[in-house]
Amino acid sequence: MSPTQWDLPPELCCRPMAFVALTGLDVTYNAIHRAIWDAFCANRRADRVPISFKVLPGDHEYPKCRTKRTSYEWYIPKGILKTGWMNKHLNLVPALLVLFYELDWDDAVWKEKQSECATKVEIVRTSLQGRNTKVAVVLIQKKTPLPPGEDLVASERAASLCNACDLSGKSLFVLPHTDHLVGYIIRLENAFYEHAQTYYYTEIRRVKSHKEFLNKTTHQLLFVRHQFKIAFFSELKQDTQNSLKYYRTAYSLVHELRTHETNMLEIKTMAGFINYKICRLCFQHNTPLDAIAQFRKHIDLCKKKIGSAELAFEHTAWMSKQFQSFGDLFDEAIKLGLTAIQTQNPGFYYQQAAYYAQERKQQATHLCAHEASVSYPTPDHLETPSGALDFYGQRAWRQGHQSIDPPHMEKEKGGILALQMKEKDVPHSELIIALLSNAVAQFKKYKCPRMKSHLMVQMGEEYNHAKDYTKALKLLDYVMCDYRTERWWSLLTSILSTALRCSYLMAHVKDYISYSMELVGRASTLREEQKSRIEKNLIKVLMNEVPEAEPDCDQASAKAAQALWSDRMSLAGSNEFTIEVQDYVPFVQCKAKFLSPSFHVDDPVQLHVYLRADCPHPVRFSKLCVSLSNQVQYNQLCVVEEPCKSQDILEASSQENMCLVPGKTRIYSFKFVAKTEDVGKKIEITAVDLMLGSDNGRCVFLNWRGGGGDAASSHEALLAARSFKSRGRVPEQHVEWDTVSIQASTMIISRIPKISVQLSHEPPALNNEMYRITVSIQSNEETVTKDVKLTAGLKPGQDANLTQSTHVTLNGLEMCDESHPALLPDIAIGDLQPGEKVEKCLYVRCVTTGARIFLFHVAYALSTKVEGKDITCRCHKDETVTIETVVPFEVAVKFVSTKFEHLDRVYVDIPFLLMTDILSASPWPLHLVTSQLQLAPTMAAMDQPQSQVEQVVLQTGECASECFSLQCPPVLNGTSSVASGQYLISWKRKSWCADAPVVTTVATLPHVMVETIPLYVHAELPSFGRVRESMPVRYHIQNRTGLVQDVEMSVEPSDAFMFSGLKQVRLRILPGAEQEMLYNFYPLMAGYQNLPQLNISLLRFPAVSGQLLRRFLPSRIFVKPQGRQAEDASIAAA
Amino acid sequence: MLTRLKTQVPLFSMNSYTKLREKLKLSGLSLASTHSHVIRLGRHSRHNSKMAVCIAVIAKENYPLFIRSVPVQNELKFHYTVHTSLDVVEEKISAVGKAMADQRELYLGLLYPTEDYKVYGYVTNSKVKFVIVVDSSNTSLRDNEIRSMFRKLHNSFTDVMCNPFYNPGDTIQSKAFDSIVSAMMVQAS
Repeated sequence: MSPTQWDLPPELCCRPMAFVALTGLDVTYNAIHRAIWDAFCANRRADRVPISFKVLPGDHEYPKCRTKRTSYEWYIPKGILKTGWMNKHLNLVPALLVLFYELDWDDAVWKEKQSECATKVEIVRTSLQGRNTKVAVVLIQKKTPLPPGEDLVASERAASLCNACDLSGKSLFVLPHTDHLVGYIIRLENAFYEHAQTYYYTEIRRVKSHKEFLNKTTHQLLFVRHQFKIAFFSELKQDTQNSLKYYRTAYSLVHELRTHETNMLEIKTMAGFINYKICRLCFQHNTPLDAIAQFRKHIDLCKKKIGSAELAFEHTAWMSKQFQSFGDLFDEAIKLGLTAIQTQNPGFYYQQAAYYAQERKQQATHLCAHEASVSYPTPDHLETPSGALDFYGQRAWRQGHQSIDPPHMEKEKGGILALQMKEKDVPHSELIIALLSNAVAQFKKYKCPRMKSHLMVQMGEEYNHAKDYTKALKLLDYVMCDYRTERWWSLLTSILSTALRCSYLMAHVKDYISYSMELVGRASTLREEQKSRIEKNLIKVLMNEVPEAEPDCDQASAKAAQALWSDRMSLAGSNEFTIEVQDYVPFVQCKAKFLSPSFHVDDPVQLHVYLRADCPHPVRFSKLCVSLSNQVQYNQLCVVEEPCKSQDILEASSQENMCLVPGKTRIYSFKFVAKTEDVGKKIEITAVDLMLGSDNGRCVFLNWRGGGGDAASSHEALLAARSFKSRGRVPEQHVEWDTVSIQASTMIISRIPKISVQLSHEPPALNNEMYRITVSIQSNEETVTKDVKLTAGLKPGQDANLTQSTHVTLNGLEMCDESHPALLPDIAIGDLQPGEKVEKCLYVRCVTTGARIFLFHVAYALSTKVEGKDITCRCHKDETVTIETVVPFEVAVKFVSTKFEHLDRVYVDIPFLLMTDILSASPWPLHLVTSQLQLAPTMAAMDQPQSQVEQVVLQTGECASECFSLQCPPVLNGTSSVASGQYLISWKRKSWCADAPVVTTVATLPHVMVETIPLYVHAELPSFGRVRESMPVRYHIQNRTGLVQDVEMSVEPSDAFMFSGLKQVRLRILPGAEQEMLYNFYPLMAGYQNLPQLNISLLRFPAVSGQLLRRFLPSRIFVKPQGRQAEDASIAAA
Repeated sequence: MLTRLKTQVPLFSMNSYTKLREKLKLSGLSLASTHSHVIRLGRHSRHNSKMAVCIAVIAKENYPLFIRSVPVQNELKFHYTVHTSLDVVEEKISAVGKAMADQRELYLGLLYPTEDYKVYGYVTNSKVKFVIVVDSSNTSLRDNEIRSMFRKLHNSFTDVMCNPFYNPGDTIQSKAFDSIVSAMMVQAS
């Protein structure tokens, strides 16, 4: 964009730097000079002193210095600040002029060169006559200079050169042209910088000195001007703190000026300039709050200074520019590291700038509405002789004029007219949009999504005004959904109205329809008559007619739009539109629901579609179709169609099927029979389509994805659920819209089986037995059930170990083993007539105990009729049962001596007893078929062991015991633990038939400790004695060692017996030999009597005590009383 | 002054006092502060109780429950102002940490200044927002007065919520609430 009069001049916006002019450099042809110049100006980094350099020819003409005024007495200033002043001091009048001259100290023609240099200095001095500009000379030398003071020739010649050129020693520099050029240059420019600062200091002093001549009545403008100049020089001097102070003073002086219509613009312009400088410096000093405060103050002071009412747009343009430039400054400061916040960021200033730009546009359209006959005035009052203004902010036709009234009324009118005509050509919308988009970018950065949306709406509206409808729609479409999801209907309505207008003007049919549909719907806050108008237009569009113009369209555009619409009308084809209404709030609401979340395959699937129109007039549609997910075949069953005649599209006839009356809920129900393949599948409503219009006009499909609903419906449903009204009574036919909930999917499930599956069995199952379960299947169907199949066994999905330890078979006569599966699938049963019953026995063997779930799954096929349609359904019935498996009995084993004393170890070759107890744990009687002892080689039976429990029946809790006499063959070393063998029990349930297989349960016998003993004693005595009858007792003593044993024996006396034999004896038994001792005991008392105790001690084995040996001997005997006659006894018994 | 006050502001009967206590539990106000604010309100009601240009109640989900502005012809602009102010409200709520959410002050203060209006915000514990827009030129208005306006609004809103026939989430159509709002607004000229 080309600069406009409102843009701030570039010399104001730049950072002022000391201006140093370089002469005597031939940068085009002299390589050395070029290198020097490059070192000055190329790649200046921030750490170098702020100087702007310029190469000027030696005879350059500088701006003429006017003769200094000695008195201000009769001087009346013509304006505040000359337009050229800033530029003059930035770019034209140098603070320091540097003359470069090639001269070595030992130059052959020194004298001549010296005078030539002096001449050159003289020339530039003359051209800067009257200015305080300093002059410096730089000698470019080929040789590296000696350290100061060593080269006597140099110091002498330097002094003479200074003298010749009238220079102070400080202004003469030497630049050796050697390797370290940049280093020398940096030192040089630092020296230049000092000179420049001195220059600006004197300039400040000079301007300050004027003050005493001024008076407050006539020289008010000069106060401002001088203060501004001082501030500007301070800035050039890089004294920003003082500069800010002077600018602040200047600012308050500007507002002290008498304001009237003629100088308002000048004052505002200057105030704007100074304000800009202050804000800029505040940001530079990192005091952004000061900047903001200054700006606020500035705006508050200037807001009301409108100036000429006929040029009011100038004020708003200026205001807009103030905000914009402050926004720019703020943004620039942020780029340099300032952090802004959500509520204080440049966006607000751009937004405000845009606001004023909009105001400006409005004022411009209002003030510049000239009739066509008014032409641009001639002569052009805006022309000036120089092409530019002398002072900032003045009128071209009365420059320098400072009195209250304009000098020429005629000129004034012409000038204003010219300005107004010019304002007409300003691309206002462009300016506004640029500002708005700046603001949008800022608000996006500072997390203000709603502010961003609002500005985008404004941009869209501005594009609409600029007649760029495509862009307008793009922006409005983008933000519309934000307002829709936030449910700000008033704002949405306003945006939609704008969008509708745009789409009308572009004759964009689809957009026009979709915006209209939302505007007549329930989300719109338009009044009823506006809705009615839009609906009528919508109907027209549907009938392929031209809609009426939207209000607020200008004549020309409306006319153009009419033509466009007519073109559209004649265009054949492309008259079918599909509008996805899911994300809008259209004027027809739709909810579709399956009546149940699941349907049996032999029941027809029922589907209701609820429609409701929210528009002011009834609306007729021509087709309603529901699309379902997996079966295209179903879709044709879910269609209502009735092509409507175009003329009666608006006629209200509530009886008719295809007419939606506003506020009334209509229900369309569909019914279809599901395919048998779909059993177990989900049927979903993928879309509901409603066709408006007709095939011969335009037709529009409103398409709801899924089961209907739109952008607003979910929230409405939530509110309805909370509402107290929802619990009210509702008449039968009347459907409360809010209470309808969408059910977009249903399951097709198999038919309910009419078959009974019964299980009979006797739980619990016993471990390892072939447990019988009888399944009886009875058909209760009315027709033949075909292809009945039974799947029986362990229910899948249980513990994996159970599968390994459960075996199922149909054959109950054999024991089943690992090869049998845990589940028997698809046992064919064949067809069942109605009422027929089938039984099937299943045998289960559970190897481990615990609970198991068994599944009995009966599946069959059946032909049936649904809604007059034959279908073959597959039905199935599942029955499960949990069966506990328990151990049938416990087996307990113990070793006892022949005296039934408990043994913890047995002795080699000495007989002992093995006792087994079988304790029934089964709730059912057990039939023990037989038992068997399988002895290990380390055990031997005393005789042929025979089962003592054969054919015994055990009731619950009963115990069967057996006893086997065993002995151990010698073991190698003294003691060791040996295996005993196994105990096998064969059994079955008593209740089961004879041919049921016998279960053999194996009990492993425990290991036992075997010990060798050196001596063995056993007694031989009668089974009982009789009082006073002698009875012989023989003790056998065996030596089981390979050594001769000394044995001491004694018999202790007893009260119950008299005895004869050796009472105490010591004898010697040879290895392996046996000694026999005979005693005659003569019992004295009846009853159980302790035998006289036999004590044996082995002299060689003191460890083997009598105690141990006594175990082998009987300790007592039953003594019968003295016998009577046998007859007496029998009589007594009788 | 105080005696006059008593005639202006109806004091609570014992019955309504207990009712109020119930209500305060809901709104998170302390009883003492309500008492004092009632008195404060009374004092200022003579001078500048009519001062807001727009008052809005925004639901937790950020849609408007109630919105009223005085220059009716510029209604849309106020709607936009209230809507955009929600940016700042949301930011302020989220700035308070989750742990501190219980102790959060309901009054959010000045949300943002525009050239012409000042926008103030207030958020209840149930995240219902109140927004009051005041003309920038109305410099007599101090922070305390804005606070008490919000409290008054909040009390009236709790009354609306306590109405068994009001559906939470519906737009507010209560005469009592309306009149409270009207009393706070600049009379349309």
